Amino acid sequence: MAALRAGKTNNEADNPSSPVLRFGVDQPLKLDAGTLLSPFQIAYQTYGTLNDARSNAILVCHALTGDQHVANTNPVTGKPGWWEVLIGPGKIIDTNRFFVICSNVIGGCLGSTGPASTNPATGRPYGLDLPIITIPDMVRAQQMLVDHFGIEKLFCVLGGSMGGMQVLEWASSYPERVFAALPIATGARHSSQNIAFHEVGRQAVMADPDWHGGKYFDYGKRPEKGLAVARMAAHITYLSEAALHRKFGRNLQDREALTFGFDADFQIESYLRHQGMTFVDRFDANSYLYMTRSMDYFDLAADHGGRLADAFAGTKTRFCLVSFTSDWLFPTEESRTIVHALNAAGASVSFVEIETDRGHDAFLLDEPELFAAINGFIGSAARARGLSA
Amino acid sequence: MSVNRDQRVDLEVVANLIPPRSRVLDVGSGDGSLLELLRDTKQVDGRGLELSQRGVNECVARGLSVIQGDADTDLEFYPDKGFDFVVLSQTLQATRNPKLVLDELLRIGDRAIVSFPNFGHWRVRASLFFNGRMPVTKDLPYSWYDTPNIHFCAIRDFVNLCDELGATVEKATALDAAGQKIGLSMPWWFWNFFGQQAVFLLRR
Repeated sequence: MAALRAGKTNNEADNPSSPVLRFGVDQPLKLDAGTLLSPFQIAYQTYGTLNDARSNAILVCHALTGDQHVANTNPVTGKPGWWEVLIGPGKIIDTNRFFVICSNVIGGCLGSTGPASTNPATGRPYGLDLPIITIPDMVRAQQMLVDHFGIEKLFCVLGGSMGGMQVLEWASSYPERVFAALPIATGARHSSQNIAFHEVGRQAVMADPDWHGGKYFDYGKRPEKGLAVARMAAHITYLSEAALHRKFGRNLQDREALTFGFDADFQIESYLRHQGMTFVDRFDANSYLYMTRSMDYFDLAADHGGRLADAFAGTKTRFCLVSFTSDWLFPTEESRTIVHALNAAGASVSFVEIETDRGHDAFLLDEPELFAAINGFIGSAARARGLSA
Repeated sequence: MSVNRDQRVDLEVVANLIPPRSRVLDVGSGDGSLLELLRDTKQVDGRGLELSQRGVNECVARGLSVIQGDADTDLEFYPDKGFDFVVLSQTLQATRNPKLVLDELLRIGDRAIVSFPNFGHWRVRASLFFNGRMPVTKDLPYSWYDTPNIHFCAIRDFVNLCDELGATVEKATALDAAGQKIGLSMPWWFWNFFGQQAVFLLRR
């Protein structure tokens, strides 16, 4: 069963259901780790039509365990796209109007080159032989994809959490290619607490004997227990104390009384176990290590002499930042730090803090105030860009 | 932020002081009425700073560039002379440190436009004089215990503060109770008595 699942994920890694852009040895990806990744590939999805002026393109950047299937049924899980509430025909981000691109990040496991992809040098999956991938690396690859479409300037780049980091990186490194930037529930650097959470997750994966130093594919195994525990711990950080209490309280799971054992007596336990189990069906454990590392390494100010404002010096990009009151992974203060830096850089910036108890994951949910803010921001940016309604 | 927008007769006066296509920062932008007016009638590149989250969210939903922040603490993050005009309308009296705020406005903007309710207006004086109680008028509808307006000033007080900060008054307008401009030829004491609202254009 595990081997079967491993085979399925491997297929998506090398030959995904999505269109794939392959870069040969003549077009290597320069990595922050100091090496070149070559050959490599990017799996992506697009929605809508690129207009003649190529001015209506929106790039969506996915979060830690997201993928390119932002607005279509996910081929692995069979579930709706992860941002279908926001993106689609007639939706807030209207694919009748905009050309939406979403690609799997480098280091991911759904078709862009990552640790589960076959290493051409060995014919086996890369595993830990893949160099560490950073947020700027991911964005550099996305830039090559955008070039492929002949798009000089993206109308908008948006994303939440790790996706928001990519948005900030885009706006900082390629300001002339980003008309509007919408980073949501994110930060210009990963905090010590967030690195700590990630380290717990990685250690859980590595402690699983089935991990085999990252070479589990050679043993026909997958570190499912470790990855599930990592997901369970992480999932708690995506919610909030208030939301957990509202949803589960101390309710018991399919039983009238405590069992005086270690079964999942409480609903919250059963819920987390389910989250962990379903996650391992769709995600590669090594990829999880790489993704978490990329966020840990992100520090936009450090890349600019410690002054975040310098990351945005002279920018003409229009920004809108969004945070959520109950997000303890990226609290409002993280967004405010970016806003102050943008102010100091004289940038055009909006900042909305949304009152909700749904925690970090609120950005993926049906939040009317979030949608109103995105709608207002995209609408006015489209007018400024001369895009007809 | 502090005064009902329906009664904002000063918005037009403020807008008239701003030439088309200027860069404007509206401090205390409320629901975005002024920024929207400036954007739609003068193609102004406008930004806003607003204390209430509700106001900010409303502004952003209307397509305006507004951030949540506090005039007392967040102006320091703006660069020198980053804007042609910095507007502070009906907000000065609600700040904790009006002197510092005004100083910041003059640093950030080439020009500052400040409007405020005149506490020297005869109705205010009469209310205090005859009733012996804190005035509650059409423009100042709050009771003493729930008012966000903690630093009232009269037109003459404001002129003194401008002197202290080395600011030049380029233009001043007082509006009477009907929202009509009071004649330019009138002396300060007359404005201070009959002006319900005042709008100042300053530079340093």
